[in-house]
Amino acid sequence: MIWSKHSISFQPASVDRWLRRVLTAAATIAALIMLLIVLFLLYESWPALQQLPLDRFVSDASWHPLEAQYNLLPMLTGTFYASSGAMLLAVPMGVLSALFMVFFAPPQVAMLYRRLLELLAGIPSVVFGFWGLTTLVPLINQWEPPGLSLLAAILVLTIMILPTIAVTSHAALLAVPREYLQALAALGLSHWGSILGIALPAARTGILAGIMLAAGRAIGETMAVLMVAGNVVQHASGLFDPVRTLASNIALEMAYAMGGHRGALFVSGLLLLLWVMLLTAAASWLARNRHA
Amino acid sequence: MRHAAKNRWRDRWLRWLVYATVAMISCVFLWILFDLVRGGVAHLSWGFLTDSPRDAGRAGGIGPILVSTLLIVSVALASALPLAWSTAILLAEFVPTASWPGRVIRFSLQVLASVPSIVFGLFGNAFFSVYLGMGFSILSGGLTLACMLLPILVSTAEAGLRSVPAHYRLSGAALGLSRMAVLFQLLLPAALPAWVAGLLLGIGRAAAETAALLFTSGYVDRMPESLLDSGRALALHIFDLSMNVPGGDAPAYASALVLVILLLLINTSALLLAQAWQRKRIVPS
Repeated sequence: MIWSKHSISFQPASVDRWLRRVLTAAATIAALIMLLIVLFLLYESWPALQQLPLDRFVSDASWHPLEAQYNLLPMLTGTFYASSGAMLLAVPMGVLSALFMVFFAPPQVAMLYRRLLELLAGIPSVVFGFWGLTTLVPLINQWEPPGLSLLAAILVLTIMILPTIAVTSHAALLAVPREYLQALAALGLSHWGSILGIALPAARTGILAGIMLAAGRAIGETMAVLMVAGNVVQHASGLFDPVRTLASNIALEMAYAMGGHRGALFVSGLLLLLWVMLLTAAASWLARNRHA
Repeated sequence: MRHAAKNRWRDRWLRWLVYATVAMISCVFLWILFDLVRGGVAHLSWGFLTDSPRDAGRAGGIGPILVSTLLIVSVALASALPLAWSTAILLAEFVPTASWPGRVIRFSLQVLASVPSIVFGLFGNAFFSVYLGMGFSILSGGLTLACMLLPILVSTAEAGLRSVPAHYRLSGAALGLSRMAVLFQLLLPAALPAWVAGLLLGIGRAAAETAALLFTSGYVDRMPESLLDSGRALALHIFDLSMNVPGGDAPAYASALVLVILLLLINTSALLLAQAWQRKRIVPS
C-alpha cells in the first residue's frame, strides 16, 4: 500500500488536461524524429539524386568517388553475401538454442543460457570487431590469406545476430499452447515428431519475424564488419575474398567526403534505411498476423 | 518395431545437435571473454583509468575518454528520458491502443528502432553537427544517441505501466483522485523497477555505440572542457586503437575489457531488477 504524506485529492480537473497536453507534445516530438531522419537523409542526398541519373549507381565503372564514379553494386553484393551467410549459420543455431531452452534443458539451465544470450547481445559491436580482428582473422589467415575476408565478416555477424533469433524464437515457442505438447506426449509421440510436427509449425510466424529483425541488424551492422571484412571494393568470388559493405563504406569515407561524394554516401544511407525498413515492415506484418 | 527404432535414432540425433549447438555458443562466449581478459588484464591499472592517452593512445590511459563517454551518455539520457517517459505515459494511460494517435506513434517508434546506427550517424552529422551548427561535439553525439535510445526507453516504460493492475486506477478514480495524482502516487511507484531496468538498458546501449558517434562526437582524445568540445567515446577509442594505431593492441584490449565489464555489470543489474520485479508481480495482490 502506498501512502502519501500530503493531500492528493481535490486537485482541479484542469491538472489532468494540462498533463495530457504536455504528454501529447512530447509524444509528438518523439514520433516526428523518424520523419526528421528521413527528411534530412533526402535533403542531403537530393543534389546527388538530381545530378546523377539513378542508373549511374549501378552502371558506373566502379566506386571511385573522387573521379565521380559511384557504382554501389559491389557494396550491395558485399552486404548481401555477408548478411545472408550470417543468416545461414545463425538461423539454425538460434532455433536450436530456443529448442534447448524450451524442450531439453531443466528450467534453471534454460534461464542461465538465456542470460548468457542476453549478455552476448549486450556486447558492443566494436568489441566483436576487435575480437574478430585479433583472434578470428589470424586463424583464417593461417588457413587462407589474407584473413580479412567475407568469411570473417560472416562469422562475426553470426555471433552478433544469433541472440536476436534465439530470444525471439524462444518467445514464439513459449507461446505455443502447452496442451498441444502435453497431448502429443500423452500419445507417445517422439521428441522429433512433436518438435518438427507441432511446435515449430505453430511458432512459425514468430520465428520468421525474429529472423527478419535479425536480417535487418546484419545488413545495418557497421563497426564489426568494417574491422574484419578487409573493405576492398569488389564482387567477392569466394569466402576468403575481402569485401566492403554499404554500411562500412559510409563509415570509411564520410570523414573526408565532399560535394557529390557526400551526397552519394547519403544515397547509400537512404538505400540501407529502405532495405531495413522493408524487413521490419515484413516482420511486424508477420507478428500481427500470427493468429490469423 | 522398425519405426520405433528410427524414431529413437532421430530423437538421439536431434538431442545431440541441440546440445552441440548450445555448447558451441557458450564456448564462443567464454572464448571472447577469456581473450579479452588475457589480453587486457596486464595493462589494466588505476593509472590506466585516470591518465590521459599519450602517443596516440599507445601509452597513458583512458581518463578523458571515460569522462567524454560519461558526458555523451548523460546528454543522451537527459534529452531522451523526458520525451520517452512522457510518450510511454501517454501511450499506456491516455490513448487507446487501437486509436490513430496510438498507432501512429507506435509505428514511428517501431521504425526508429530498426534504423541502423550508421544511419543515425549520417542524420546526426547532417542535422545536429552541420544544420544546427554544433560541429563535432559531445552535445551533437549525445543528441544523436538520444534519438537512437527513444524506442527502447519508451517500450520498457510502457510495458512497466501496463503491467500495473487495473484496480490501482479504478480505486484511485473511485476515491476521486485526479489522473495526475493516480499516476504519480500509485502507478509510477509501482512501475519504478521496470523503468529503472529500461534506463539501465538504455545506458548500456548508449555506452556500446560507435557508428553513430563517428561523425557526431568525433575523435579528439583530450579532456573535454565543455559540451561543445569534441570527445572520444570509449567504444570509438577501441576502434581507433585497433584500426589506425599500429602497436595499439595492448591498450585496445584493456579498453575493451573495461567497456565489457561495465556493460556486463549494467546489463546484469537491469536483468536482475526486471526479474525480481516480475517475480514480485506474480504474487496476487
